[in-house]
Amino acid sequence: MGLVLLVVIWLITLISTYFFIAKTWWLPAGASAAAAGIDHHFTVSFILMGTVFVAAQLALGYLVWSYRDRGSASTKASYSHGNTNLEIVWTLLTTVLFVGMNLMSSSIWASERFRAAEANAVHVEVTGVQFQWYFRYPGPDGKFGLTKPELEDAPNGNGLGIDSHDPAATDDVVSGIMVVPVNREIEVILRSHDVIHSFFVPQMRFKQDAVPGLAIHMHFTPIETGEFEIACAELCGLGHYKMHGILKVVSQEEFDKWLTAREAEKQ
Amino acid sequence: MVDGTGGGETITMSTHESAVHAADAHAAPQGFIRKWVFSLDHKVIGLQYFFLALAAVFVGMFLSLLMRIHLIWPTAVLPFFGEIKPETYLSLLTMHGTIMVFFVLTTAPQGGFGNYFLPIQIGAPDMAFPVLNMLSFWTTFLGFIVLLAAFFVTGGAPLHGWTGYAPLSALRSVPGEELGADLWITSIAIFCIGALMGALNFITTTLDMRAKGMSMMRMPLTVWSWFITAILGLLAFGVLLSAGILLLMDRNLGTSFFVPLVTLNGQVTGHKGGSPLLWQHLFWFFGHPEVYIAILPAMGLCSQLLSVFSRKPIFGYKAMVYAMLSIGFLGFMVWGHHMFMSGMSPYSAFAFSILTMGIGVPSAIKTFNWLGTIWRGRIRFTSPMLFAIGFVSLFVTGGISGPFLAQPVLDIYLHETYFVIAHFHLIMGVASIFGIFAATYYWFPKMFGKMMNETLAKLHFWLTFIGAYAIFMPMHYYGMAAGLRRYSQSTEVAYILKLLPLQRFITYAAFITIASQFIFLFNLFWSMAKGKKAADNPWEATTLEWITATPPPHDNFGGLTPVVHNGPYEYSVPGAPKDFVMQTDPEIEPAH
Repeated sequence: MGLVLLVVIWLITLISTYFFIAKTWWLPAGASAAAAGIDHHFTVSFILMGTVFVAAQLALGYLVWSYRDRGSASTKASYSHGNTNLEIVWTLLTTVLFVGMNLMSSSIWASERFRAAEANAVHVEVTGVQFQWYFRYPGPDGKFGLTKPELEDAPNGNGLGIDSHDPAATDDVVSGIMVVPVNREIEVILRSHDVIHSFFVPQMRFKQDAVPGLAIHMHFTPIETGEFEIACAELCGLGHYKMHGILKVVSQEEFDKWLTAREAEKQ
Repeated sequence: MVDGTGGGETITMSTHESAVHAADAHAAPQGFIRKWVFSLDHKVIGLQYFFLALAAVFVGMFLSLLMRIHLIWPTAVLPFFGEIKPETYLSLLTMHGTIMVFFVLTTAPQGGFGNYFLPIQIGAPDMAFPVLNMLSFWTTFLGFIVLLAAFFVTGGAPLHGWTGYAPLSALRSVPGEELGADLWITSIAIFCIGALMGALNFITTTLDMRAKGMSMMRMPLTVWSWFITAILGLLAFGVLLSAGILLLMDRNLGTSFFVPLVTLNGQVTGHKGGSPLLWQHLFWFFGHPEVYIAILPAMGLCSQLLSVFSRKPIFGYKAMVYAMLSIGFLGFMVWGHHMFMSGMSPYSAFAFSILTMGIGVPSAIKTFNWLGTIWRGRIRFTSPMLFAIGFVSLFVTGGISGPFLAQPVLDIYLHETYFVIAHFHLIMGVASIFGIFAATYYWFPKMFGKMMNETLAKLHFWLTFIGAYAIFMPMHYYGMAAGLRRYSQSTEVAYILKLLPLQRFITYAAFITIASQFIFLFNLFWSMAKGKKAADNPWEATTLEWITATPPPHDNFGGLTPVVHNGPYEYSVPGAPKDFVMQTDPEIEPAH
């Protein structure tokens, strides 16, 4: 029985680890400025925790096999209540490991979340409404117009409830897809009208909940052009699985052209 | 505290020596109703909790089976539910989570085995408050009925997930969030009341009812784990109860604790000023300690079993106690790690993260001590021991993914993916359930006077152990590839659709694993009727439940008072006649 346990535990460990090392299913290639740092910390964490995982499982398998009751051939179990020095050693080691990992990653977190977006960032207001995303650009005046809940009227094209009497609102551009220029910092202002949604673009290593009542400012910098899927990552009701959007990262010229065209449509 | 049993009170009042009078003080009831239904006997109440959890776990498992089928065959017509619509799928996952967390993982280890064995293991004739104990079971039972009723009312069971995030859970007008959602909240509130009564009872009993010589540091680690779990319960369930009442008021009385100004389908709802994050703070202030409420009893039990079946004292008894205490203590300071993406201040994420990583330290200490316990032992591979070894393996695997999620930087990507599902199912679900299985195989002889069939038990172990890994290991990969949880269909997002083969594999593994649970069910009932008669101490273990008759008499020790002279884990003591020294045997030389 000890041998079977050893074989099963070792096999489970090795097969599980294989798929992590082979990266059969893995993060999609990063496409934002922050991705490299985050991915690096993923790798470090996988190496550290993977080593602990493999060592602990291999040891467990080995010990249950090695110290099985072999009947009369077995020596008596050792009578020991433990070893304080060992306890101190592994307490210190694990403290260093866990706190160290944490400190290694905290500077990335700080740069992602402690500082505000740069002054020249492109502002996009992202609003989640069951079950779609609206993207709003402030237009040439750089200001978002007022919105009022009682003005919301999706069938007539004003799902956001933009108040057309507000001068700042006249040049606002609302889009069903999110178009942004590459290599520019994007400031996202996340809102929700109804329940909590979450804006997630795996390639950008970017996720943030959109909470009704809050306007959450976040930023990321795409460094690759292309189309990326936006999925909702917070349970928001029966249509949660299809709350889906597109993030289109284009060159600065294309972005300017697109935005100008949309502004022109409004006139 | 009102006791209500009349004579029972004298026991609690008169401290440790006087349990001699237990038999007269708390006479065995005669009628069926008093003996088996409204029983005051902690052993009967323990069994009632156990069977409630058994019924609940099969319901919860059935719901997960339907979910697994729907995920890979979306158009399949299923029993009870017909064709699964997206909202039905969300109801299934809500009810699966709620049933499993509350009525299985909280109910079986603490209410079931804790109730049955805590008084016996400390040498007490019963719980401190038998009437409260009975009430706490029937309250929990009522909570379960109310929860199941949610399936049968108009609008069906709620779809807000077991975490019930507001405003989704707080608005009556959300489709799928009708009367069923009120029943869901009511059920949880009722459960909290039952759990609070139980917690009070466990704490008082442990502090006040220990036999002579049963100092705190001679208590079995199982007793420590139930004691610490009860303290966590006392502090956590009160918060959830209050939060539940506030949520119910938001839904029904027009208050706005958790709802800001929101619109639904373009209509203004009339709420304003509330905070959705407040619900999350309150919920996770309960929700994170709840993880430890589920796992601590399993830790205590598996520590015990590794010692019993390695025929070796536990490695680092004191370290184990301190580790459990620190896990319990730190468990209250880490709830924010569920909220890194919620819009909470990023500065507080930093504090929650480092405290969460801190919990890894006592968890690692426990793992080292488990390995230390079997090291140089003489292992007997009984079915409870197999499940205890399985527990250690699963605890390590489930624990190792914790530091990923505890670091906000990695959680940005992993939050709400299947990686999270893999993590908490392994550590809180499967590892705890392995604890429950180990407890069942270990204590069944004492509870029912019969042995369970070892061959079936071992078959059950192998299929469940391999099956659990086959289900949950691939979920890590699914999450690494950004596969999101709570998606009833993977068709809408291209990168998720590509992961369908993994989902298929998981469903096939779930079929086999779920089927093998019927081996357990059969073995359980078959052994009650036809099992080999059990001796009083079939495992040659040292704790007090093994000195009494099988099954134990109404007052646990047949009018005798156990007096304790030894620690709980004296195995292979040099010079002793047998390889185990009972806690009531004459005192051995102080251990080194």
